[in-house]
Amino acid sequence: MKKIIYIYSILMLCCSLTFAQQTPAGKQTEAITITGATVHIGNGTVINNGTVVFENGKIQVVGSSNTPTKGKVIDASGKHVYPGFIGANTSLGLVEVDAVNATNDQVEMGSMIPHVRSLIAYNAESKVVESMRPNGILTAQVSPNGGRISGTSSIMQLDAWNWEDAAIKTDDGIHLNWPSSFSRGRWWLGEPPGLKPNSNYGKQVSDIANFVKESKAYLKGKRATKNLPFEAMEGLFDGTQKLYVHVDDEKGITDAVNFAIENGIKMVVVGGYQAHAVTGLLKSNNIPVLIDHTQSLPKTEDEDYDLPYKNPKLLADAGVLVGIHTGNNSNFQTRNLPFYAGQVVGQGMSKEDALKLITSNIAKILGIDDQLGTIEVGKNATLFISEGDALDMRGNQLTHAFIDGRAISLETHQTELWKRYHNKYQGQ
Amino acid sequence: MMLMCSFSIVAQEHVPKNDGVKSVNTNYTAFTNAKIYVTPTQVINKGTLLIHDGKVVATGTTVNIPANAVVIDVSGKSIYPSFIDLYSSFGVEKPKRQGGGSRYDANREGFYWNDHIRPEQNAVDHFKYDSKTASALRNAGFGVVNTHLQDGIMRGTGALVALKNEGGDGERILDDKSADYLALNKSVKSSQAYPSSIMGTFALIRQVHHDADWYAKGGITVKDRSLEAFNSNKSLVKIIAAGSKINALRIDKIGDEFGTQYVILGGGDEYENIKAIKATNATFILPLNFPNAYDVEDTFAASVLELSAMREWNQRPSNPKALADNGIPFTFTTNGLKSPNMLNVSVMKAIEYGLDKTKALEALTTVPAQVLGQPNKIGSLKNGAFANFLITSGELFSKGTKIYENWVKGDRNIISDMTVKDIDGDYSFTMAGKTYDVSISGSSSKPKANVKSDEKQLGAKITYKDNWVNLTFTSLDTTQQEFMRFTSRVNQGDNLSGKLIDPNGNSVYVVAQKAPSDDATKNKMSKKSGSSKDVKIVPVTYPNGAYGVSELPRQETILFKNATVWTNESDGILKNTDVLIKDGKIAKVGSNLSDRNATVVDATGKHLTAGVIDEHTHIAATSINEGGQNSSAEVSIEDVIDPEDISIYRNLAGGVTSAQILHGSANPIGGRSAIIKLKWGESADGLLNKNAPKFIKFALGENVKQSRSQSGTRFPRTRMGVEQLFVDNFTRAKEYEAKKKSGQPYRKDIEMETLVEIMNGDRFISCHSYVQTEINMMMKVAERFGFRVNTFTHILEGYKVADIMKEHGVGASTFSDWWAYKYEVNDAIPYNASIMHNVGITTAINSDDGEMSRRLNQEAGKTVKYGGVSEEEAWKMVTLNPAKLLHIDDRVGSIKVGKDADVVLWSDHPLSVYAKAEKTLIEGATYFDIEKDKQMRLKIKQERSDLMSMMLQEKNKGMKTQPIKVKEKQLLHCDSMD
Repeated sequence: MKKIIYIYSILMLCCSLTFAQQTPAGKQTEAITITGATVHIGNGTVINNGTVVFENGKIQVVGSSNTPTKGKVIDASGKHVYPGFIGANTSLGLVEVDAVNATNDQVEMGSMIPHVRSLIAYNAESKVVESMRPNGILTAQVSPNGGRISGTSSIMQLDAWNWEDAAIKTDDGIHLNWPSSFSRGRWWLGEPPGLKPNSNYGKQVSDIANFVKESKAYLKGKRATKNLPFEAMEGLFDGTQKLYVHVDDEKGITDAVNFAIENGIKMVVVGGYQAHAVTGLLKSNNIPVLIDHTQSLPKTEDEDYDLPYKNPKLLADAGVLVGIHTGNNSNFQTRNLPFYAGQVVGQGMSKEDALKLITSNIAKILGIDDQLGTIEVGKNATLFISEGDALDMRGNQLTHAFIDGRAISLETHQTELWKRYHNKYQGQ
Repeated sequence: MMLMCSFSIVAQEHVPKNDGVKSVNTNYTAFTNAKIYVTPTQVINKGTLLIHDGKVVATGTTVNIPANAVVIDVSGKSIYPSFIDLYSSFGVEKPKRQGGGSRYDANREGFYWNDHIRPEQNAVDHFKYDSKTASALRNAGFGVVNTHLQDGIMRGTGALVALKNEGGDGERILDDKSADYLALNKSVKSSQAYPSSIMGTFALIRQVHHDADWYAKGGITVKDRSLEAFNSNKSLVKIIAAGSKINALRIDKIGDEFGTQYVILGGGDEYENIKAIKATNATFILPLNFPNAYDVEDTFAASVLELSAMREWNQRPSNPKALADNGIPFTFTTNGLKSPNMLNVSVMKAIEYGLDKTKALEALTTVPAQVLGQPNKIGSLKNGAFANFLITSGELFSKGTKIYENWVKGDRNIISDMTVKDIDGDYSFTMAGKTYDVSISGSSSKPKANVKSDEKQLGAKITYKDNWVNLTFTSLDTTQQEFMRFTSRVNQGDNLSGKLIDPNGNSVYVVAQKAPSDDATKNKMSKKSGSSKDVKIVPVTYPNGAYGVSELPRQETILFKNATVWTNESDGILKNTDVLIKDGKIAKVGSNLSDRNATVVDATGKHLTAGVIDEHTHIAATSINEGGQNSSAEVSIEDVIDPEDISIYRNLAGGVTSAQILHGSANPIGGRSAIIKLKWGESADGLLNKNAPKFIKFALGENVKQSRSQSGTRFPRTRMGVEQLFVDNFTRAKEYEAKKKSGQPYRKDIEMETLVEIMNGDRFISCHSYVQTEINMMMKVAERFGFRVNTFTHILEGYKVADIMKEHGVGASTFSDWWAYKYEVNDAIPYNASIMHNVGITTAINSDDGEMSRRLNQEAGKTVKYGGVSEEEAWKMVTLNPAKLLHIDDRVGSIKVGKDADVVLWSDHPLSVYAKAEKTLIEGATYFDIEKDKQMRLKIKQERSDLMSMMLQEKNKGMKTQPIKVKEKQLLHCDSMD
């Protein structure tokens, strides 16, 4: 408690009351060594009283207390070091205010629009984006969300001047909204409200299969007349892109997996509410799941009240690679990602395994595990120091955060307002 | 098959006749040797029914039959009074929905200000006899129906109509104002927005009562035909379509307020809360549309089918029995059935599920007659009653029993000719050395024949009409398309004799000998089908679905040993401490406590706290917003508590014990709140915290000015207008109060009454608010009218005006970290709570969300992260502080001797993301227990599987099934427009 008050006072003192977006940090110019910290590697292991050295944006050394320091030393005794958390399937930078349509760039019109790219609409100066950093979310996949095939996502680091320097991996994957097994009764036509089996399901699935067939045929041809949607599908077939299939129900997941296998596509289940019922299929085909955030409600009355809390554990226990994403929540909620992971600990998962759900597992799922997701030598120095347990709201208190070794600002529009008014009342 | 013979005396003496002579038939009709049900319980064996002039003259075994009587011998047959349907729209067409967008004003003149109040409608003015439907109803056994115009909330009078084909409406209409009808649905003739919710509907019904009273006293100087009709219909029986048990209980309460006992159209789910249903003292009109089994063959689809839906299928046919067992009077209606001929099947199903046959009969005869105050005219065969009766082949609602005739006011309607001889049976005859076996079935309705010879099945066709049988069958030579034809006149004897013509045209006289019928086997068969099968009905819980309870938890004496106790009092957080719970209260807090009668709970390593209190939630309510008016102070969430919302149970699993269910934010002056304790398993009334003061929701900003609607027509459209709306309403309320106090007569206005309560400090405001301008404005308006805003809820820019708030003396109930969802939360910061707290404002963290509410402990934890609130103070933000804001902190909110034992045992530090509620107690009774929850999960799994296999069996038997449906439970928020 004392520490928190201490930090709070420090922040108060150092804060300059500018009122604009935070300026992105410059390149790492000297080596930095963090000492004395509990280092959570992100792969399930912990080093107590550990040392981390990073230089030129890359992690150089991860070791115990007797590791030689280099450059600037940060004493993090009693504190914790974590790899930066990764938000998968977010709308960060695409949506600023949910209810103001003018600020929404996530949903393009059309049904099969893989050529639409989130990358170029990503607003690096979004106030929502900057609010991620003080909670440890330093990287995010930014995804479009309209139509049947929504478009192409990219992966960004969250301290940038513009979308170009934000991009870590451009056009990493294509997003597909799998048809729902249920449809809503059209009450305005006199149908009973509520859900009933979707009678168009078969047709909707075959529309997807046909689009894939047509794309493949096109790509084998001379492509004399360019077809933008078909062109955009190429990465799925040559293995450079993944297909993110947004699907929740058991039947849909099963159909989607078969579809992906038949077409030689690498896929990821996004949503996966009932994925726990088909773990055998997922595991045997090495299909990972980005599960909806845990702090949500069961979908039927009969289900366990804590089913969403334990859903990631059910998958992990069955050997499925699983990460947590924000789901349909408002994008500002992405900053609660660490607590979505913490929620699973109450269900019997270890804290270090829960940490994987938002670090190394996501990095693997997104295909960026060569750079991110753990504190290991050679990886990007995208990490942070927290006063306490960063998966718990009481402990998640960042003192430093680094993206590629750059010491980024932990201030936001919100912290500035806080200080402004805090000072107002202090003065009274 | 339907024949009509008019026996009635049509000619009326005052009606001139120009198409012949005036011929008056004054004959009697006597039915002899019948089993006569004068009433369901008064039965005459081998009696005579004598009728004359459309009425019963006498019944009995010694009836004098006048000379001028036509005598019909009905020996072996039964006579019953015909049925009555109280809830019918027979002959009254339902109006078509009017197009056009939502409007706020009425589209009528000279009537009530609300288009959905139409007591001036009279069914008789819209009645047009519909002979086709009449015939269907008569075939099902009905003689009279009470019909009405099924449109609007107040629907006006119904008419009692005899289903008599001949004689015109003069003969048919028995009573042109037989009852006064109400419902909870709006008129389709108007798109007037108010009421947009069911709580608005209840409030409107109340206000109509007050306005009608005021009209009667001459307070309203203009003509209002609706109020006039309302007043003149006062003495009529009131029939209201509630449509569900929960609405039945709600509307009955309103009836009690005005001294009205409604007759209630139920939903078929009354058995689920039968004690409360009984307490209404109402007569129920029960629908008989029992659900079909669900088709659960698709295991994917079946996985989302809920236990509650499966139980409906399994249990609903037992609903009538439940009412009968509890002495609740009820009638049946065909309303909701696909066709009236489903009635018999459904009643038989109810009987199979244990309903007494006599009760079933009463439900269709004497009970509805009683409801309409006509027990001597309809529903029985007492002397002087209308001659409305059925002649049947045997006992009603038994397998194989046929209705032969349905007499209405002395008019004979033949449904199935009882003079037709039953020729069912096995016959045989010999021709050309070959024996032929003929088996006839269904002779009285759809005859079928089966002809066999030489072990060969021959093709056969039979007709049977006007006592002649024609049987055609193929010859034994199956290589040829050749036929044999047999024709016989049915006579007194058992055998069939007549002419047989072979394929060559040769004609022979043949006697087909009837084999003696095997009565023994027949009896056996009928016994089997008549007695109730083994119906497996799964137990009912309340609420009647997953996690429902069969018995409410009881107050216990419990001793928590060695816990970390968060007292919220000056003692702070006590380690290794014992807490004794007794008689629903916190009895002792200390160390080394003991109590001989106590159940000891080892709480070592665990945390015991006061229960979480959510100042702002929208769970457990059927509707949240009444947006049909810019002020809806007249509506109350208390009218629409939904005690069956699974959110209650899930909130308990998150340690929540009390909550304020707030009206939404559709309008500046919202509705009145309900403050509840989360006593899962209690009825709506049992959830209400009777010790809590009164509250109302106000709202400001984007929602109330309908910012997201481009074409809004409702005032206000700006924050400027919002201020004026408050000023206007409170000014009028001042004037209202002055008039009321002056002793002059005044129109009782529920809205104004509510605003007066606010100004007098008898009702507190919880005001939805976002930006500093409007927050400041609201306080200034309140100060101008001499009261204080109690709580600002949301209050996301409270930190900007915290000093002004402190001075006003208002509390704050906010989100921990929500923002970015709409424009007015642009400057919302998660440090808000800590700033307001530091300034000295009583600050709470609320949910406004049925998911977040079950993790409010974590949300409190976030105030430690954002702004460094101490853990002890952070915890108070979801317990003691909301208790203070709700003025219930004398009873709840801390662990203090004498307070209610609303406590939670946590597995871990309660502010951490890792903590789980293991036990949640309210007033010393354990409403959630994590171990019991585990057991319930297993039970739910088992019951789901049992019911699914029962449904599969049903499908295998060839019964109809319905596709899986999922009720979508909407999670209600401030913005939910219900």
